[in-house]
Amino acid sequence: MNAPFQLVTPQRVTALPPVIDLPALRSVRPGQHRLGLGAPLSWGWVLGPLLLIVYWSVLSQTGWLDPRILPAPWTAVTAGVELIRDGRLQDNLAISAWRAAQGLLFGTLVGVGLALLSGLSLLGGYVIDGLVQLKRGIPVLALIPFMILWFGVGEGMKVTVIAVTVFAPVYIQTHASLRAIDLKQVELAETLGLGRWGFIRHVVLPGALPGLLTGLRFGVTAAWLALVVVEQLNATSGIGYMITLARNYAQTDVMLVGLVVYALLGLTSDAAVRLIQTRALRWRRTLAS
Amino acid sequence: MSAVVQVRGLVRRFTRKGVLDGVDLDIAPGEFVALLGRSGSGKSTMLRALAGLDHEAEGTGEILVPERLSVIFQDARLLPWKRVLDNVVLGLDGTDRQARGIEALAEVGLAGREASWPYELSGGEQQRVALARSLVRRPALLLADEPFGALDALTRIRMHALLRRLSAVHKPAVLLVTHDVDEAVELADRVVVLDDGRIVADLPVRLPSEGVARRERAAALQNELLGLLGVAVDAATSPYARSERITA
Repeated sequence: MNAPFQLVTPQRVTALPPVIDLPALRSVRPGQHRLGLGAPLSWGWVLGPLLLIVYWSVLSQTGWLDPRILPAPWTAVTAGVELIRDGRLQDNLAISAWRAAQGLLFGTLVGVGLALLSGLSLLGGYVIDGLVQLKRGIPVLALIPFMILWFGVGEGMKVTVIAVTVFAPVYIQTHASLRAIDLKQVELAETLGLGRWGFIRHVVLPGALPGLLTGLRFGVTAAWLALVVVEQLNATSGIGYMITLARNYAQTDVMLVGLVVYALLGLTSDAAVRLIQTRALRWRRTLAS
Repeated sequence: MSAVVQVRGLVRRFTRKGVLDGVDLDIAPGEFVALLGRSGSGKSTMLRALAGLDHEAEGTGEILVPERLSVIFQDARLLPWKRVLDNVVLGLDGTDRQARGIEALAEVGLAGREASWPYELSGGEQQRVALARSLVRRPALLLADEPFGALDALTRIRMHALLRRLSAVHKPAVLLVTHDVDEAVELADRVVVLDDGRIVADLPVRLPSEGVARRERAAALQNELLGLLGVAVDAATSPYARSERITA
């Protein structure tokens, strides 16, 4: 067989290599063209709330803000100190926090449990997923009359309303991230001979954890919202009750303390979940890390 | 019969891709078999059938494989949320599982990396962890699906040496699926060529231990295999025939 091509020795050089103009040059320094975020400050998130307080203080100090409409921040602080001194704030806060914690716990358990059932079995998916989507369409407020009918007006009803509000976002995020688990990891679990429980424990739950934690962040916020609703509607204790009572006596400073407490609760609980997120998801490398 | 793997009349059809059309294959204990074929020849289908991973397949035939069987995939497939040692011992029973895992990591040259996260390792290191995860199970059969395909050339050469050494120590039967003729000749005792779902050649490698004779036999075998794979090779122009491994 012949070679597919032959090298032909050129007889003479017919042209010189073309002269190319030198392109524009630039010096390169590190960090010049970075598209990632850089190292985050751990307390960076405080900046926004801090700016709000500054803005609010300026408005109150200059008299632009009528104290009857919104008391000054320092009025809220003195009112808060007063409430702490006679013990009302701590007592009500403890009761509210306990309600929220119970609701959050049960809601998360139910959300994760249902997400596992519906994510890991086709029949479970058919049965549960549609029901959850239906439930999402019903606002919590609309459910409360029935909740009172079924569970009375006691603590059970309050915790149930919170749990029902929490479970939906936890379910949805967990389910979505569970169904997105790579089939390759499922195959791996099969070749390693993992059983159903080992598969759930080592592959499904850790794989769904990012979604679960996102859902939990939504869930925590939702829990405080539901708490406000149940406490202002029908309660004789808790921060919501404290606010309702203050409203009846036109104590705007106490109402404001209640709002600030809600805000702080929301902020700290969200920070707590984010802390869990960074601890539990150390194995990930993302834009934020 | 003394084979650890016995395949008879294996037929597999998929709606999308991959077809096996009556394959018979025996692998003896400790034998290193390379399964060579073009893409779409059915070699991965064959491996997945042996590994029991082809749930959606339709087909017939009998497959007998050992109870203790490990699979290495082209990607290392480490669980990103488990540290290296936990990846290695995943699914293992027994009180000595940690010790066995540490030992297996040391065997692949990763002693001291037990607590690393997978993302902290290079591609070659990840594949070595996958190798440790396979060997720690003391498999009687090791199924490897183009395990070095995603590695760079230098890492691949080191991994070849490592796999050869470890399979000589642990003596599992190995079925290595590859499309790399060099790799097949370098590592295997026997090369099986699959084309269009059928075995078209089954050649013993039997290279002389070293020297010019080894290189010549390897080159001849490589040329023969390339021919079987439909790559026309001319002895005068082939890069294989001209490469320094023969002329050096």
